[in-house]
Amino acid sequence: MSTDLQTRTAAQPGERARAPQGPWRSNIGLKIIMAVSGILLVLFIIAHMAGNLHVFEGREEMNAYAAGLRSFGEPLLPHESFLWIMRIGLIAAALAHIWSAVVLTRRAMVARPVRYASRKPARGESRHAVATMRWGAIVIVLFVVWHLLDLTWRTVNPVKDIHDAYGAVLATFSPERWPVTVFYLLALVALGFHLRHGIWSAVQTISGPNTKWRGRTQAISLAVAVVVVAGFAIVPLAVTFELVS
Amino acid sequence: MKLSLRIWRQPDADTPGKMVSYEIDDVSEDASFLEMLDVLNERLIAEGEDPVAFDHDCREGICGACSLMIDGQAHGPQAATTTCQLHMRKFKDGDQIDVEPWRAGAFPVIKDLVVDRTAFDRIIQAGGYISAPTGTAPDAHAVPVPKQDADAAFSAAACIGCGACVAACPNGSGMLFMGAKVAHLGLMPQGQPERHTRVLGMVAAHDEAGFGGCTNTGECAAACPKEIGLDVIGRLNRDFRKAAARAA
Amino acid sequence: MSTDFYREGEPIADTKAPAGPISERWEKRRFSGRLVNPANRRKLRVIVVGTGLAGASAAATLGELGYRVANYCFQDSARRAHSIAAQGGINAAKNYRNDGDSVHRLFYDTVKGGDFRSRESNVHRLAEVSTEIIDQCVAQGVPFAREYGGLLDNRSFGGAQVSRTFYARGQTGQQLLLGAYQALQRQVAAGTVDLHTRHEMLELVIADGKARGIVVRDLVTGEISTEIADAVVLATGGYGNVFFLSTNAKGCNVTASWRAHRKGAYFANPCYTQIHPTCIPQSGEHQSKLTLMSESLRNDGRVWVPKRRGDDRAPGDIPEAERDYYLERRYPAFGNLVPRDIASRAAKMVCDEGRGVGPGGLGVYLDFADAIKRLGKKAVEAKYGNLFDMYERITGENPYERPMRIYPAVHYTMGGLWVDYDLSSNIPGLFVTGEANFSDHGANRLGASALMQGLSDGYFVLPNTISDYLADGPFEPLGEDHEAVVAARKEVDDRIAFFLNNDGDRTVDSFHRELGKIMWEYCGMERTDEGLRKAIGLIRGLKDEFYRRVKVTGKAEELNQQLEKAGRVADFFELGELMCIDALHRTESCGGHFRAESQTEDGEAKRDDEHFSYVAAWEYGEDAPVLHKEALEFEYVKPTQRSYK
Repeated sequence: MSTDLQTRTAAQPGERARAPQGPWRSNIGLKIIMAVSGILLVLFIIAHMAGNLHVFEGREEMNAYAAGLRSFGEPLLPHESFLWIMRIGLIAAALAHIWSAVVLTRRAMVARPVRYASRKPARGESRHAVATMRWGAIVIVLFVVWHLLDLTWRTVNPVKDIHDAYGAVLATFSPERWPVTVFYLLALVALGFHLRHGIWSAVQTISGPNTKWRGRTQAISLAVAVVVVAGFAIVPLAVTFELVS
Repeated sequence: MKLSLRIWRQPDADTPGKMVSYEIDDVSEDASFLEMLDVLNERLIAEGEDPVAFDHDCREGICGACSLMIDGQAHGPQAATTTCQLHMRKFKDGDQIDVEPWRAGAFPVIKDLVVDRTAFDRIIQAGGYISAPTGTAPDAHAVPVPKQDADAAFSAAACIGCGACVAACPNGSGMLFMGAKVAHLGLMPQGQPERHTRVLGMVAAHDEAGFGGCTNTGECAAACPKEIGLDVIGRLNRDFRKAAARAA
Repeated sequence: MSTDFYREGEPIADTKAPAGPISERWEKRRFSGRLVNPANRRKLRVIVVGTGLAGASAAATLGELGYRVANYCFQDSARRAHSIAAQGGINAAKNYRNDGDSVHRLFYDTVKGGDFRSRESNVHRLAEVSTEIIDQCVAQGVPFAREYGGLLDNRSFGGAQVSRTFYARGQTGQQLLLGAYQALQRQVAAGTVDLHTRHEMLELVIADGKARGIVVRDLVTGEISTEIADAVVLATGGYGNVFFLSTNAKGCNVTASWRAHRKGAYFANPCYTQIHPTCIPQSGEHQSKLTLMSESLRNDGRVWVPKRRGDDRAPGDIPEAERDYYLERRYPAFGNLVPRDIASRAAKMVCDEGRGVGPGGLGVYLDFADAIKRLGKKAVEAKYGNLFDMYERITGENPYERPMRIYPAVHYTMGGLWVDYDLSSNIPGLFVTGEANFSDHGANRLGASALMQGLSDGYFVLPNTISDYLADGPFEPLGEDHEAVVAARKEVDDRIAFFLNNDGDRTVDSFHRELGKIMWEYCGMERTDEGLRKAIGLIRGLKDEFYRRVKVTGKAEELNQQLEKAGRVADFFELGELMCIDALHRTESCGGHFRAESQTEDGEAKRDDEHFSYVAAWEYGEDAPVLHKEALEFEYVKPTQRSYK
């Protein structure tokens, strides 16, 4: 008889399947990256939306706010350093968000190689997301490009003076440039739908609430989406309809 | 009643398939959907044609063998009902009905409406169990389990592994299936020791099989014949996050 | 005696069960059986056919022990074996309720419930092991129903006086099977079990008198291959589908058992079938299977039919005075709760009188109007809501407003391949577990005992007894060119070629349906000498026609569901004939077997212990089957007549 120690044969954790690139490259890992970066972007958007409302205080205050962003932290920090920290963080979050989205979208396309011949409207809890998330994302990306050319770099804006934020806003949404306003509002609708699903989806991905809290998260997402859209939309509408001049 | 069917016909995995139309008369409204296909097949055989292949077994909604995308809906129009329990009275005389297999990269078509779902077995192999070799068990009353945990575990364990979640998901994701097992075992005290390794192993096997990620649209839960909810995906996400953080 | 249909051979006996006090026999046998050194287990290969409770549990456990296991199932996943559909629960003599239960009481109830046609030694072991099964399943994470204190809930089931049934809502079979399936998948990952899904066993390989392997067909590619091993375990379930309409899954079949039988394994008590009284009646010719409604419905529902023949008024229009609550009338003590066989036969009787309701007059009402009045709709919904929903999905009728229609249906087969105490058939190396064997239920199975037996065999009995046989192994390797392998493969190839080349014009299903009707009519709930003789003639005629006219489309090298069915139905013909012969020869009534000639004055089953206290083990014979009798002795439970008046 053998004197070897016999161990029960069983699957050891080490023998189990492993993701080729580690847990953070898995679908859920990428979703967590997307969720965390998305929440950072949401925080930025809310701050941005709130800042925009300075336009109603007039040229002086609005431009002072814009200048304040550049000089924030001085003299402890060099000029514009806070702004650049924010910008780098924002760019990193946006890249992480887009990169994870692209990878997951490509995997999703591989996962459904043949489409159904027959299609019924979606019937899930967040059914609008099927139609709005990816298309919405493309609209938002296009908008952001335009928005940077318009109000950050002023390439397509008549007001070239970087320090005159107020003038630039008034110029871009002036009544005769109504298509810009329409595009802006359209992008806002896309953003609204993106947030309505994106916020609760991020919470679901990170913390997985139960049914009760999922319902509450969905309600909060909707509320945030409405406030953000309304807060952003009020500025171009006010300018276009000449309530601010 | 009289129906026109458009059914996906595909002779084998390597040959491209197509939708083929069939007219069928005298369908009893008391027949189940599969019995309607049985009647069609009897006719096709009599005519010397190849009958439509489809998976089925228990025909009482528990084995999970039957599948079928009916008019673009997994298991057809009736909620909380598998195809074998769907009856023709849910349709109207003269309806046109499209019948397709589950479509997912991880579920390749074998023939007609039959797909290969062994990817689900591989996910279970990667950790969807509690290691309790026969003969080592303590008395069943040694560890009490709070009733609400036991009930919640049962609800998750009601999954029949049919794959409707994958079929309905726009991303072809198996998260609901995987979440159901992670939730079931994670809710039981017996499942705690392997909780972290389980979720990492299963997620890796899921991705390797070629299932997509989760967009939280809820299509899976709406299609699930056993009404398993998105909670289980939440639990899966939570367990995964903790396990991944610990592994890092 | 109807010896024109069979010959009588030598009596047989179970030589493995030790003598002595019954409660010590299992321990004695475990000690007297030889063991296999752990290092040698790796060299031994065991084939397990089937992945239900008996198969998956055996394959997983053998894998854990270190044997090299090859496991086969015809389904696309091991998780879909028909054990999954068991609803009610699983018995165990835990006595968690302190209500007087014990191993001995479970043993006693099971022997009595089986109408004194089972082996005492086997049943006692089953009762002993029952407690370990619950422990094992809880350790695997099976979510049994629990009470608020966190301990396991129990209920009484099938007329038992104690609460010993453990359950997981109405899906106990599913949860137990998933536990076994997960244990099996764990062994697959560990590499001890090779699992082959979508593979069907079509032949047994016997070399030098030992079962050494099986021939299987890959149902996807059609490839025929041979698996050689040191022992073969059949865990292939019951044969209720011989009736075409039954509560079994569509794929359930007898082929693996029958192929073994044709190779020499004895088939025991084939006529013992259990007819379940509460199933949804057939709605038309398209019907492909019958659905069971939980027996618990009889706790609150009242069974009735109209008093007048051919009364086709809607049930609500039939006044109380014109209804016949026949179970309450005939069995005042038990009323609607009489055992399965009695309730089934009573339903048949009223339908035969022309008082049945629904399509074809094959149904009786199960009425909840009184229960709703007494308890309120809410309470009824809480108790039976999911069953009512299922009924409505299938029939389109609302059982809250209109009484349910129910009718008996074939549910379980107590008969199966003959095995000894070690679960070994008479062919060395061929073991049979679960519903596929005949061993523990006698002539009638009690509710919640099927799951118990499947898991007892697979987790605890077989892994302990098979080592005594395997201790002689490993056996000499067999090559593909061994004459036994070549011959077995040729048989399979020839059969497949026959079906595909037959120039027929009738579908397999049409034959199966017709066979089922014959079986149901003459070998169903009530059997007579005349009817059984007629059935044998009809089956032989239909079988001839089957071989002349059956039409199978398609090729051998593809997924061909018609070809699969054809082989199964061919075997059902031979089994059906043997069932009728067995039923014909057993001129007594016992359990699920009711011979009209053997009844008491008031129509109850009458056993004949003097002549029939034996297991009928049938040996296959080309011309006629050979009957071997295994005498049954009752040392601990003395046979009595059952009464439910």
